[in-house]
Amino acid sequence: MKIGVLALQGAVAEHLRMLEEAGATAVPVKKVEELDELDGLVLPGGESTTISKLMHKYGFMDALREFGKAGKPIFGTCAGAILLAKQIEGQDDCHLGLMDIKVERNAFGRQKESFEVTMPVAGVGADYPAVFIRAPYIMEVGENAEVLAKYEEKIVVAREGHYLAAAFHPELTEDTRMHKYFLDMVKEYRN
Amino acid sequence: MVQVGTSRVKKGMAEMQKGGVIMDVVNAEQAKIAEAAGAVAVMALERVPSDIRAAGGVARMADLGIVEEVLNAVSIPVMAKARIGHFVEARVLESMGVDYIDESEVLTPADDLYHINKKEFTVPFVCGARDLGEALRRIGEGASMIRTKGEPGTGNIVEAVRHMRTMMAQIRKVQAMSYDELMAEAKNLGAPYELLEQVHKTGKLPVVNFAAGGVATPADAALMMQLGADGVFVGSGIFKSENPEKFARAIVEATTHYTDYELIARVSKGLGSPMTGIEISKIREADRMQERGW
Repeated sequence: MKIGVLALQGAVAEHLRMLEEAGATAVPVKKVEELDELDGLVLPGGESTTISKLMHKYGFMDALREFGKAGKPIFGTCAGAILLAKQIEGQDDCHLGLMDIKVERNAFGRQKESFEVTMPVAGVGADYPAVFIRAPYIMEVGENAEVLAKYEEKIVVAREGHYLAAAFHPELTEDTRMHKYFLDMVKEYRN
Repeated sequence: MVQVGTSRVKKGMAEMQKGGVIMDVVNAEQAKIAEAAGAVAVMALERVPSDIRAAGGVARMADLGIVEEVLNAVSIPVMAKARIGHFVEARVLESMGVDYIDESEVLTPADDLYHINKKEFTVPFVCGARDLGEALRRIGEGASMIRTKGEPGTGNIVEAVRHMRTMMAQIRKVQAMSYDELMAEAKNLGAPYELLEQVHKTGKLPVVNFAAGGVATPADAALMMQLGADGVFVGSGIFKSENPEKFARAIVEATTHYTDYELIARVSKGLGSPMTGIEISKIREADRMQERGW
């Protein structure tokens, strides 16, 4: 199973390491041609404004919409979740708009409010270590999306078919369960 | 249990900046230009380093009105500088909601013996370093991110290159050492033993390491990335160039695609003049900012 990590900016190396540990072959993706061979893709944490600008510049917007519409799974963490969302609070436009969720950026506050907490994530575990850094949260999900985790009544993990979005950073932990969950999704959609 | 300001949360913030460009700005308008060009963060300052150098006198934490203006202008993280050892300036910046503090040699040091005890803070810190020992001392004090010192405000990349090469060579040397040699090397470098042990095991710094101090062109940024930087700070290089918007965009692209020479050529064409540089030997030793910090 070959999984790409969009490598325009952000915590790319951490996702590559976690995906390898979870049992996949993981490669960084800087050019659209590199999407062809992949079974799934991770949109990493980083600055969503920066990543989005570079995605536009290098043709990733259309290429990733096709990738998603071809049924290939995409996992967005933090900035990646913002990139996937159909709606962003306070903005008229969105980035990829593949996943029927509405997100609010920096919704937990600035860096000094950033935190970590152990919390349950459905299908993943009851004690998942979640690291929130200037994190967004998911305000609403569409009717086909499923809520996998909430923190203080705010949705922080959601899944819609082959799309998975997390407001926190599974790549900053040593816990591979979220990545394994994603790889199971990839297996499911590959068959 | 919910925990704020943990080492993981502070270092993690720097991880999210990797592969990106952090730009110095002195007002809301410049901050917006930087954000629109794809900066991953902005550094709010009263003057860019080349102007600090020109102005002389004591350089302090920026006017807080400017910091607030920048905080309100952009959605990307905002950094600000405190003087070396000036923990009250740092506390004030933290209270305002600044996302990262640079305990910086660009400002006039407030303490000639000690740096800030950065572990006590909820907000993360970045510090400059010229070699591995200095980097590990700062990390030992709680820095969550390191940058080369270079020579700020010169538009001359040579010092940043020297600092990055020195650090990388020392890391390789420590990695190849036998365990028996580590304590003596910790003494030689003036580095905390436990952190040196980590470098020995992992072959890298325990935190993200950016390049800073002299980056003036897209090719400079790509050079620093190839030498092992995780990202780039650009101080005077953008808003002292002829066309800041184009320069900012070009440096962002060159930092992402640092081995794609055709792309770097394309983005570098027709940029106009970069900032005017200064030859390092023309700066008196006492005026070299990199000598500040201990």
